[in-house]
Amino acid sequence: MEEILSVKNLKKYFVKKGFTGADKEVTRVADDISFSIKNAETLVLAGESGSGKTTIARLILRALEPDSGTISFDGQEITNQKDHLEKIRLGCQMVHQDPYASINPRMTVLDIIREPLEIHHIANKEERNRLALQALGQVKLEPVQDIAQKYPHMLSGGQRQRVAIARAIVTNPKLVIADEPVSMLDVSVRIGILELIKELQQKHGISFLYITHDLSTSRYIGHRIAILYLGKIIETGPIDEVLSSPHHPYTQALLDSISEPDPDNLHRDKKIRINEPSHVDIYQGCRFRARCPYAIDTCKQEPELEKVSENRHVACFVKIN
Amino acid sequence: MVTLSVEDLSVKYQSQGKIVHAVDHVSFSFDKTESLGIAGESGCGKSTLGLAVMKTLQENASVSGKIIFDGTQILAVSDSEFTKEIRWKQISMIFQGAMNSLDPVFTIKKQFEEILKKHNFQEDHIKTIEHAISTVGLPHSVLDKYPHEISGGMKQRVIIAMSLILKPMMVIADEPTTALDVLVQAQIMILLKKLKKEGLSIVLISHDLGIISEIAEKVGIMYAGQIVEFGDMKEIYKNPKHPYTIALLDSIPKIQESKSITPLKGNPPSLVNPPGGCRFYDRCPKAMEKCKKDPPKIKTATGFVMCWLHE
Repeated sequence: MEEILSVKNLKKYFVKKGFTGADKEVTRVADDISFSIKNAETLVLAGESGSGKTTIARLILRALEPDSGTISFDGQEITNQKDHLEKIRLGCQMVHQDPYASINPRMTVLDIIREPLEIHHIANKEERNRLALQALGQVKLEPVQDIAQKYPHMLSGGQRQRVAIARAIVTNPKLVIADEPVSMLDVSVRIGILELIKELQQKHGISFLYITHDLSTSRYIGHRIAILYLGKIIETGPIDEVLSSPHHPYTQALLDSISEPDPDNLHRDKKIRINEPSHVDIYQGCRFRARCPYAIDTCKQEPELEKVSENRHVACFVKIN
Repeated sequence: MVTLSVEDLSVKYQSQGKIVHAVDHVSFSFDKTESLGIAGESGCGKSTLGLAVMKTLQENASVSGKIIFDGTQILAVSDSEFTKEIRWKQISMIFQGAMNSLDPVFTIKKQFEEILKKHNFQEDHIKTIEHAISTVGLPHSVLDKYPHEISGGMKQRVIIAMSLILKPMMVIADEPTTALDVLVQAQIMILLKKLKKEGLSIVLISHDLGIISEIAEKVGIMYAGQIVEFGDMKEIYKNPKHPYTIALLDSIPKIQESKSITPLKGNPPSLVNPPGGCRFYDRCPKAMEKCKKDPPKIKTATGFVMCWLHE
């Protein structure tokens, strides 16, 4: 399988200057991030808020300038050259978290979906209408003609998210970045959206970068997973393997924190294998060290992401089993 | 002995000439030693139900039916009497969105004192506040801070400490973990579990059937303003009867299995003019002709189900 996106050693530090400009505070939101996505594959980028998930999405689309590192899309390294930017912004689309904020309330559904075509000067007016209606059909918003004339306030949350997905796929992208696309939706409509993403992938071979904090939905949709902790990827591998036998203590803690609907939970003590954070400099040594119940002396050095088996990598000296 | 018993409760909101039937003829009861989970999706009326018990509904709401708490018919008690005797002293509430329930311009201590003053608390204020803040696992130093100085999880703990300060028997927690990070969510659930063990009765209102299974002996499944199934949590989770409960439980992906799930079609009906008959009719995979008539409430081993299938 060919790679559609390859990210190498991506770095982005946010610097907050103090009042006098003297005391600087540096947040390493993306620190030496490398990963790749193959054709028709879904890579899950999982982590808590502040771990840098969304920043990575923005770096890929060049909404933010990386400090260093390279991004290659469809065999082409993306720089600030105009044709490079056009290539990635046409071939890689995004679905945002909140469908109440990501689509313009004053535009009709048809206008919303047609907009990317207009921006990229694709086809003439009639053809654009046809493509937009076709995209609506693909996301199963029917009757297509009726929905196309509606305004977002006339639609439910799930329907709005479908509009956002239609807008993302109308330009026929190779990669779609979906940033928490179901976290704002009701439980019963979530699966519908996840199924739709799967179907679009199968039919059109679209690759997805699925950004989330929810490991259960990511298991449902993803092929591979990369777990982020404070700007670093700490574990990657095939999603089934990583979630059934995590090697990194942080992955284990994330799994511990999930409450699935299970009547036995009631009389079972809930335990998360994590310590209260102590005050250590998180950028010295392993970043998870302060909260890690398995920390050893070696953890004062920074662990590298190393290969542990065929497809799996983990950045940990202990490597639980 | 029964702690909270709700009989034929209806809440209607009057808004722009329309009437929204947010809670529609809801009845249930549960015991003092138990905790209750109310599960449902957004707009099903679960928060309104919680607010009705606290008598904190908006002015445009009209309430009918009975809410009997520890022998007192809450709806018959005057507001001032309720504030004096019941609110916060016997039932308190943890509101949705901890991030925004604290006042940004006062220290945490000031906000605790406000509650104590409001309720004419006679004992030592500082001691009581410090005790409350320790119960939720926070250091006393938090008290001198302003809300922006502490993290979201700490804020939620402060809110929980506030709800406990007058030692109520029951706390209504409305989505206490939404908007928090996964690990923090789990830590808040651990805290609620501990408080429950110490004798607190919790009414947990949530869309998340997972966290409800951590706390609640009894569960009510709400759909479009009605409780469509009620009973022991174990019974309902193992052997759900209402097609909506079945669909809801099915729609949650599990971490250790990768079977495909059939999504539920459609959306819940509008509560402005709810349709006659079963409200789940349009979305129900088992709908039949009979379902166009209002479904009966059928007794089950531990509660009831509102569905013609189980007639």
